[in-house]
Amino acid sequence: MVIAESPPPLFDRVVTIRNRDRCMEKLDNHAFLIERSSRQIMERLEDIKRRFPLALSMGVRGAIRTHPQIDSVLVMDIFENPQSSVNIRGDEEFLPVRAESLDLAISLFGLQNINDLPGTLLQIRQALKPDGLFIAAMPGGETLNELRESLTHAELSLKSGLSPRVHPTADKQQMGALLQRAGFALPVVDSDIVMVTYQSMFDLLHDIRGMGESNALTARNRRNPGRTFFSEAARYYTEHFREPDGKIRATFEIIHLIGWAPHTSQPKPLRPGSAEKSLAEELK
Amino acid sequence: MSTEIDPKLLEILVCPLTKGPLRYDRAAQELISDGAKLAYPIRDGIPVMLVDEARDLK
Repeated sequence: MVIAESPPPLFDRVVTIRNRDRCMEKLDNHAFLIERSSRQIMERLEDIKRRFPLALSMGVRGAIRTHPQIDSVLVMDIFENPQSSVNIRGDEEFLPVRAESLDLAISLFGLQNINDLPGTLLQIRQALKPDGLFIAAMPGGETLNELRESLTHAELSLKSGLSPRVHPTADKQQMGALLQRAGFALPVVDSDIVMVTYQSMFDLLHDIRGMGESNALTARNRRNPGRTFFSEAARYYTEHFREPDGKIRATFEIIHLIGWAPHTSQPKPLRPGSAEKSLAEELK
Repeated sequence: MSTEIDPKLLEILVCPLTKGPLRYDRAAQELISDGAKLAYPIRDGIPVMLVDEARDLK
């Protein structure tokens, strides 16, 4: 394959795989955010009164494996280890699924580390049957703002120059626009903020690693910044983001996405100029 | 002796690069993409649809 010269990918997928593979053994202690989103997706499906013969569940962490409305679930993830049974090893950026073959596609904490988000969403839409449903949850927006600020502070005060230490995030508006661009009908995007408190920044970092979401940026600084760096960041974090009980807070914004593969039965806006009454008349 | 692949999977899987059809080589336990000239391994019944892990047929 010939690949034209292009900037290096934002995320290093090899590191993403390694981070997720390593986290599986103790994931139960750190998966509360992923499990929360998994439960929310199951509830949302219940609100959609419909049967889904075949579903693809992308992301093994917290994967939905059974649901009363789904006849058959295939679990896909990019890695496999003894703690994570999958049906397919695959990458959502190169989705190995035939066009119009799925009734439901679920993505759980996978889209935040994707290099080509528009392309991935397009592939997911194409893999859905007409009127098939895509439902996803991903961290985004305000996620880990406090940590980002604290690490930036430590870096600026102790080092010359900045290196990327917290993943950039997509926000709600961007995700809504991307869903539309990928051709999803009736897209709905919303988010909720989850505040988590920790004893210290180190407990937060431990949790992030435990979820399999450590720094996977291609441009990450591979050199250990040293103890002074982390203690200065932790000091700043505690000083600026302390709760009344002395613990520190960390923001997680979980973005939920819903979109449908287009189908003629779905409601659509009327053609411009097709109105039978003038708006001015109506507003009188 | 490796586990047989789920027939349901054979119906929906395509080559991740070309989205073209795959041929199932039962003896070799591989899914072959003639378009991309790659053979994707099936390990313990689990198809590994990653270009990095596929065998180059060129």
